[in-house]
Amino acid sequence: MSRHTLSVLVEDKPGVLTRVASLFARRAFNINSLAVGPTEVTGISRMTVVVDADGELIEQVTKQLNKLVNVIKIVELTSESSVQRDHILVKVRADAATRLQVTQAADLFRASVVDVSTDSVVIEATGHPEKLTALLSVLEPFGIREIVQSGTLAVGRGSRSMSDRALRSA
Amino acid sequence: MSKGSPISPSLMAAKSPGAPKAPERADRTAEHAAVVADLAAVSPVLGPNNVVPPTVMTGSQAIVRSLEELGVDDIFGLPGGAILPTYDPLMASTMNHVLVRHEQGAGHAAQGYAMVTGRVGVCIATSGPGATNLVTAIMDAHMDSVPLVAITGQVSSGVIGTDAFQEADIVGITMPITKHSFLVTNPNDIPHVMAEAFHLASTGRPGPVLVDVAKDAQVGQMTFSWPPRIDLPGYRPVTRGHNKQVREAAKLIAAATKPVLYVGGGVVKAHASAELRALAEATGAPVVTTLMAKGAFPDSHPQHVGMPGMHGTVSAVTALQQSDLLITLGARFDDRVTGVLKTFAPHAKVIHADIDPAEISKNRTADVPIVGSVKEIIPELTEAVRAQFEAAGTPDLTTWWAFLNNLKETYPLGFTEPEDGLTAPQKVIERIGALTGPEGIYVAGVGQHQMWAAQFIKYERPHAWLNSGGAGTMGYAVPAAMGAKVGEPDRVVWAIDGDGCFQMTNQELATCAINKIPIKVAVINNSSLGMVRQWQTLFYEGRYSNTDLNTGHDTVRIPDFVKLGEAYGCASFRCERDEDIDATIQKALEINDRPVVIDFVVSPNSMVWPMVPAGVSNDQIQVARNMTPDWEEED
Repeated sequence: MSRHTLSVLVEDKPGVLTRVASLFARRAFNINSLAVGPTEVTGISRMTVVVDADGELIEQVTKQLNKLVNVIKIVELTSESSVQRDHILVKVRADAATRLQVTQAADLFRASVVDVSTDSVVIEATGHPEKLTALLSVLEPFGIREIVQSGTLAVGRGSRSMSDRALRSA
Repeated sequence: MSKGSPISPSLMAAKSPGAPKAPERADRTAEHAAVVADLAAVSPVLGPNNVVPPTVMTGSQAIVRSLEELGVDDIFGLPGGAILPTYDPLMASTMNHVLVRHEQGAGHAAQGYAMVTGRVGVCIATSGPGATNLVTAIMDAHMDSVPLVAITGQVSSGVIGTDAFQEADIVGITMPITKHSFLVTNPNDIPHVMAEAFHLASTGRPGPVLVDVAKDAQVGQMTFSWPPRIDLPGYRPVTRGHNKQVREAAKLIAAATKPVLYVGGGVVKAHASAELRALAEATGAPVVTTLMAKGAFPDSHPQHVGMPGMHGTVSAVTALQQSDLLITLGARFDDRVTGVLKTFAPHAKVIHADIDPAEISKNRTADVPIVGSVKEIIPELTEAVRAQFEAAGTPDLTTWWAFLNNLKETYPLGFTEPEDGLTAPQKVIERIGALTGPEGIYVAGVGQHQMWAAQFIKYERPHAWLNSGGAGTMGYAVPAAMGAKVGEPDRVVWAIDGDGCFQMTNQELATCAINKIPIKVAVINNSSLGMVRQWQTLFYEGRYSNTDLNTGHDTVRIPDFVKLGEAYGCASFRCERDEDIDATIQKALEINDRPVVIDFVVSPNSMVWPMVPAGVSNDQIQVARNMTPDWEEED
């Protein structure tokens, strides 16, 4: 199965997230991650959905999503033509003896320490999912206490805007 | 009109008081009709698009007024606390409200109404259990693409989410089985939500739309004006097929030697039977009509080779299996048609025309997909085929027809007399069809009697055959027949029901009797859940676990269907002998002032044949138990 990133413009209406999530559940599609937020256009939200599916199935996912009345537009973003980022907060064990090593590891990944206590630090990092996996494997030996990770956010490279085009055609 | 300023189509049919008077009434009527017809094509708001200037009213008055403006004539429903405000202005409306005895009946009645009229069926229920009782009908409409608007009351917005009395999250419950749904908490939203609901239900691939209205939105004041603006930026159904794809399809048709027109319910929904006939005759190809498409192409037409699928004819099933080109129109490769998918029509290329792009290549990959309405695609395809035939010659289908005609002759539909000496259920159904004729409407429940009604009644016109195809809802027949009779009061409407199905929704006989909706119910009483029993006979060594209903010969006969029919104010008869069949049907046909119930007591041992057992290829079709046609012989 291959991984696909879909950007979905939706009307900002109650229940729209449920409609999308329940569609995936009902049709037995696998969601890898889902992130939702407002856009530059009032009343329109954008979802970034990462799906594991093969060719014909991803076409079916897209068609079924398109049938949802609140869905305005769907674009598949390939890794070459888009910037894709995850956001992560990690709480790592770090006392006086190991704190310096932990913060140095964070520095290498251009991650920042956003909270410090006597026996732990919270590290914040943004990046491509693979980079975050690498960061976690470096932090692992120190003892990871908690991980909170966002869904992937993705935006197409270049000057074009997805919502511009969507609203013009609507 | 000479000025270049754009005119809103929704304003053109203005019946506002200030509009200039037309010179003659006759002209005006004709003109008005033309404008209305024109508007139907361009305005997304259903109905005549009357202009109503802003008027203050309550939300519940706005619901009723919106329904009137949308052109609704008939509604099926049952009131309760949360919808009570709306029932008050409904009393003063010119619309006909049919008070059902159970909300499921309202839902199926609205479906039956929609299926025979092509208009949106409307049902109303209260919150909580009222709304959940609609769920089966909504799901049924979703599976069979029936235009339905379900209006439900909801508890006041202030208490939503508190587990208030009769609160159910019906929008959440029906989310996977509706085309779309709305929760209205602001009365000012009512006109545009109602117009959007009807637009969604009736356009594109039709389907059910739920409008859940909080009680405070019904009671609250709002400003009503009409027509409202429909704002559905994410909804743009494609109706016109792509030209290039249509030409590609014509090329495939010209090159095929074993083409089949695989026709589904979409052709009935699109009112495209005449167009289909022209295409069939232009191509000379055999036509199969699925369970949902019975009547879309006349059964009597020489190019009709039958119904495909699990209980289809040998000729129809084999036509698909041996075909080199499926011309698929408004059908969806349902598992009951395809059998084991990977063995279905293994040599065929596929043209697939459907209004729902998600159906194309969902189950079977299409070589030529055409998204659009079959109403528009079929005539274009016919033209393209004619042009292609002129240029490249008409394909010779003689060998193909010789093969299929041989199958039709060798394996016609038929039945054997039951060994127990009791009446054959198929005979009863065949006689109902023969004595009533093709102008009647036949509504089936689900099970053996449904398959026999599909097989042994001859359908010559669309919208004459109603059943629960996708959902397989036992109990569909009586309420759907009631709705069909309301929609087409001048036609004879038969509910052909089973003894199991009939016991699920027969309470609507009271509705029929009291509201003078004289349907005719033929209970094909084999004293059991017949289709399940058939599977037990075939696949469970005749171990009849929980399928005996004790309503037939040599049983306690509980309930007594004749007494039950009489209790509901229906003319009721029992028929247990072959020689009484015709006379009993005739008696029923002569009664038009009240519903009729006939208890046809038949053999419990008759089975539906042919049959493709579940989980095997369609090549394994059996014409009788363990009897598979010998294909070598045919070649």
